[in-house]
Amino acid sequence: MSVGIVSYGAYIPRYRIKVENIARVWGDNADILIAGLMVTEKSVPDLDEDTATIAVEAARSAIMRSDIDAQRIGAVYTGSESHPYAVKPTSTIVAEAIGSTPVMTAADFELACKAGTAAIQACMGLVGSDMVDLGLAIGADVSQGAPGDALEYTAAAGGVAYLIGKKKSELVAVIENTYSFTTDIPDFWRREGMSYPEHAGRFTGEPGYFKHVKGAANGLMEMIDTKPSDYDYAVFHQPNGKFPLRVAKMLGFNKEQVKPGLVVSRLGNTYSGSCMMGIAATLDQAEPGDRIFATAFGSGAGGDAFSITVTDRIEDIRNGAPTVEDLLKNPIYMDYAMYAKHKGKIKLI
Amino acid sequence: MIFVSVARFWRKQVHRYNLIGTYCKECGEYYYPPRNMCPTCRRDGKLESYKFSGNGEIVTYTIIHTAAEGFEHQTPYVLAIVKLDEGPRLTSQIVVEPGEIKIGMRVKPVFRKLGESGNRGMIYYGTKFIPEYE
Repeated sequence: MSVGIVSYGAYIPRYRIKVENIARVWGDNADILIAGLMVTEKSVPDLDEDTATIAVEAARSAIMRSDIDAQRIGAVYTGSESHPYAVKPTSTIVAEAIGSTPVMTAADFELACKAGTAAIQACMGLVGSDMVDLGLAIGADVSQGAPGDALEYTAAAGGVAYLIGKKKSELVAVIENTYSFTTDIPDFWRREGMSYPEHAGRFTGEPGYFKHVKGAANGLMEMIDTKPSDYDYAVFHQPNGKFPLRVAKMLGFNKEQVKPGLVVSRLGNTYSGSCMMGIAATLDQAEPGDRIFATAFGSGAGGDAFSITVTDRIEDIRNGAPTVEDLLKNPIYMDYAMYAKHKGKIKLI
Repeated sequence: MIFVSVARFWRKQVHRYNLIGTYCKECGEYYYPPRNMCPTCRRDGKLESYKFSGNGEIVTYTIIHTAAEGFEHQTPYVLAIVKLDEGPRLTSQIVVEPGEIKIGMRVKPVFRKLGESGNRGMIYYGTKFIPEYE
């Protein structure tokens, strides 16, 4: 398969709340939570930010980084579980705001935290079959965690956009192949009209995350005959800091391969943006010829694995837009009261 | 709640999303929002669509403490006149801590929610500005 990444762009809101500030409100032990989750703080959207604004900023960053003519984009797919409208696409807003309309296709994707990588796969198919010149795949979320729920400590905001193409001279990374592993698991859900998701505790770990990440990762390595030591970097979905490190060890990857893309401790879980943010952080520092192994996970559930090789062109475009590290710098910290206001947790009669 | 008709907002949404105005090839003047006729050249004007970079500077500002309906919970926030590098001036909310805003500050555009018609109506998106150093 000769398709790959032409450009990428990330966006993270400036606001943060520390885990200790959330724990203080709910009477939890912050030290135990930080040690268990390996997350110290998470991003919070501004009052006028949502999944659409985050997706637009990430998409514009991707276009700016490679100086691409947006009219070449023939497909815009936005993966999220917090689309601002129940019915009315985020992707048409994004497409209009980046100037890709009208000769193009668009749709919104949802499969919990892997909706963005599902969008990458759809774009790979469209580009690979010459149906479109470039495809734009976005994973963005302003994820929800109910007050006092375990998810509240990590549910964060952010987004990442990938431009998928096939012109060899434009590729900053070749996606050698992708492999998915999917089953129906009741680990996490949000019913229509409900503000916050529910989760079925024991399904989250082994039957959900680990089974599907391992299924996709092992399946891909078997299919293309590679092994963990063939890769310079490894990125796994980051709902917390512990899961990606544990699954990496199970699969035979070491900590050094995972750490460059492990941004969850200062960012939280950006859901549809999570694994894609890890890939972006890795591309920010990878050298030409480096190989990246990535596996996204989405509850419900599925894993999407990718084998990626970085090309010489990465050096040409890398500094064309802010890196993930740039976006993590200079946060504005807020207390729980301001966080509750920003997240709409204070309901007015 | 903001009361804007869906059709009225939609007519101008592309201009709000991407700062698209007009440029008169006859006199070299830029306009935002877009004009149908050049006020200087009148019938001799040759207007064409122009996408502004969005870079500019703060001409003047005010800090809103008593806001209009729909913005009460955003106070205090900054409203400013921004002079785009090409010349036109426009009024916009500036996403900045009120203590940081200064006349002459360089700004760049960001895509944000401008407002919404309650919980059931449309969400209106468009351009605001942030300091260039961010």
